[in-house]
Amino acid sequence: MNPLRVVSSVAIIAFAVVWTIVVLAAEEQWQVGAALAVAAVAIVAVSRMKAGAELASLLTDSGSWVVWTIPVAVVAIAVAIHEDHFQLMMLASVLIYGLACIGLTIQFGYAGVINFAGAAFFGVGGYTAAVMGSTGVPSLLILLAGGFMAALIGSIIILPVLRTQGHYAALITIAFGLLFRSFLEVNPALGGPQGLKVEGASVAGHSLLNGITFGSFEASFYLNYVLLALAAFTLFFLLARNLEKSWIGLNLDAVREDTVGASVFGINVAGWRIFAFVVGNFLIGVAGALFAMMQNFIAPSNFTFSDSLLMLSIIVLGGIGNLWAVLPAAILVVVFPEKLQGIGEYRILVFAILVVLFLRFRLAGLFPRAIRQFRREVGQ
Amino acid sequence: MTRLFSAKDVSVKFGGLQALDSLSLDINEGTITGLIGPNGSGKTTFFNAVTGLCNLSGGQVSIDGKEIGGLPARQIYQFGVTRTFQRSRLCLSLSVFDNIVIGRQNSLDLGIFSNLIRRRQFNQSVRENYERVHGLLRAFSEPLAQRIFDPLHRLNMIDRRRIEVCRALIAEPRLLLLDEPSAGMTPDETREFMGDILNVRKHNPRMSIIIIEHEMDIMQRVAEHCVVLNYGRKVAEGTFEAVVADPWVQEAYLGAS
Repeated sequence: MNPLRVVSSVAIIAFAVVWTIVVLAAEEQWQVGAALAVAAVAIVAVSRMKAGAELASLLTDSGSWVVWTIPVAVVAIAVAIHEDHFQLMMLASVLIYGLACIGLTIQFGYAGVINFAGAAFFGVGGYTAAVMGSTGVPSLLILLAGGFMAALIGSIIILPVLRTQGHYAALITIAFGLLFRSFLEVNPALGGPQGLKVEGASVAGHSLLNGITFGSFEASFYLNYVLLALAAFTLFFLLARNLEKSWIGLNLDAVREDTVGASVFGINVAGWRIFAFVVGNFLIGVAGALFAMMQNFIAPSNFTFSDSLLMLSIIVLGGIGNLWAVLPAAILVVVFPEKLQGIGEYRILVFAILVVLFLRFRLAGLFPRAIRQFRREVGQ
Repeated sequence: MTRLFSAKDVSVKFGGLQALDSLSLDINEGTITGLIGPNGSGKTTFFNAVTGLCNLSGGQVSIDGKEIGGLPARQIYQFGVTRTFQRSRLCLSLSVFDNIVIGRQNSLDLGIFSNLIRRRQFNQSVRENYERVHGLLRAFSEPLAQRIFDPLHRLNMIDRRRIEVCRALIAEPRLLLLDEPSAGMTPDETREFMGDILNVRKHNPRMSIIIIEHEMDIMQRVAEHCVVLNYGRKVAEGTFEAVVADPWVQEAYLGAS
């Protein structure tokens, strides 16, 4: 193992951990602004230094240990802020939105199927958790059920999407997202506009509402949700990474790049689009169910079109198709609007300008997706 | 000789335009057939019709006596028909290896379990496919074989054409359709390139090729049999010498008065 590579990569990740702790704990507006500035300088500097290239080559290497720095880093952050409910909830939200964005990455980043109804599928998962919460079904099964419901409804929506091209397919997903919200609002069985209460999660008989304590360490119960979200994120991150670097990932890329070329070489274009859409919605549904359990409450106003755009903006800002970009971008999109309360509604404006600037000047995102490599597999 | 491919009265209409008009063509195993004709005479449309990219308005197409006319493109691939495109259709964001290995769609294991969980087995299949792709690339160009993991957008047009031909060849097709493979190449490069294709054919002598080409000396060199199209109709057929001697062909295509 290359020692320079290990040292520089660990240094960059450690920096990211410290930076995240500072951001989560920042209270003054100038601190938040300074953190953003530091992040911008650091990203530019690292991407020009050799250390950045070393880390990048590690990240593209599917067999490497570097994947395990995600749980280590998140646990380190969580322990550092273990007493603060709000900061831990933010961290859990980053992981949950990150999980949903893995789903969007499989859909849009790999197969090129755009989904403007991400928040609606997130909501399907959430409402599944709300309805099943009082039935006594174990929470982990409810999470899976949320995923299955989202996948099931997604597999109906995909049929008209397949029959249309480009913008029209996008419009269908937008229409579904709007329809979903209206459906919830007029449906008293699902709480109507007031929403529903959701049972909190419990794992192996322990309610996640009881915070972890041992000795003088007394953590907020939100730490439990951070750990549960982390477990789900890490599991699906590993699977999605393997998916990207597999013959399936290659087929999805071929479908996205050129449907005609793909079909001439025997690739089942419609089949892979369905696959990506269904699998992606499954992940979004699991994330939605987990989010609902953590919030204890959901309402139609949580699942609007602008929430779908927010999810998409995470993968656009981060780098379309790059799984590693999901968490840093989720911090930008989920945490900063909360932290920038001082500038009031202007934060939405700032955010919108940021997205426009990225679309105009850096379409590949903050951390562009690296090309798939099989060097290590063939011993190069 | 065994009959491999047969097109009978194939017609294609685009609105009011008769792009192909009752075209019939038989191909035997292991032969190279040249398609000649002016722009718009229906050569590429014929390839599109055979590979399922456009709908037939009439006629039959068969491989080994099995009807493939009207099947979707991805099913026609299963009969061993592959092609290259006039304007290359490769995935620019993928590596050379990825672009070529797509051609082995039939032999790739696409099971979810074997791709996502059994990584040792997957890595083994990567190595096997790497050997094949690397070997084929080396037959065309040693420097290109060294760049097997480079992103495609860094390669020049000639290498891209080589890659497209490799993608079609790695599928071990029974019928290979080459649509102006030498477009944009210098005469020297073209000569080398055609030589490489003919070399690969030695390993797979039963493969038949249909080639569209504007360079007449290439046609003369590689095509054992030529078919001349004009306005979607077959106007002449035979050996290259016989075809170019045809007064009709001289007038319609070669421009002699």
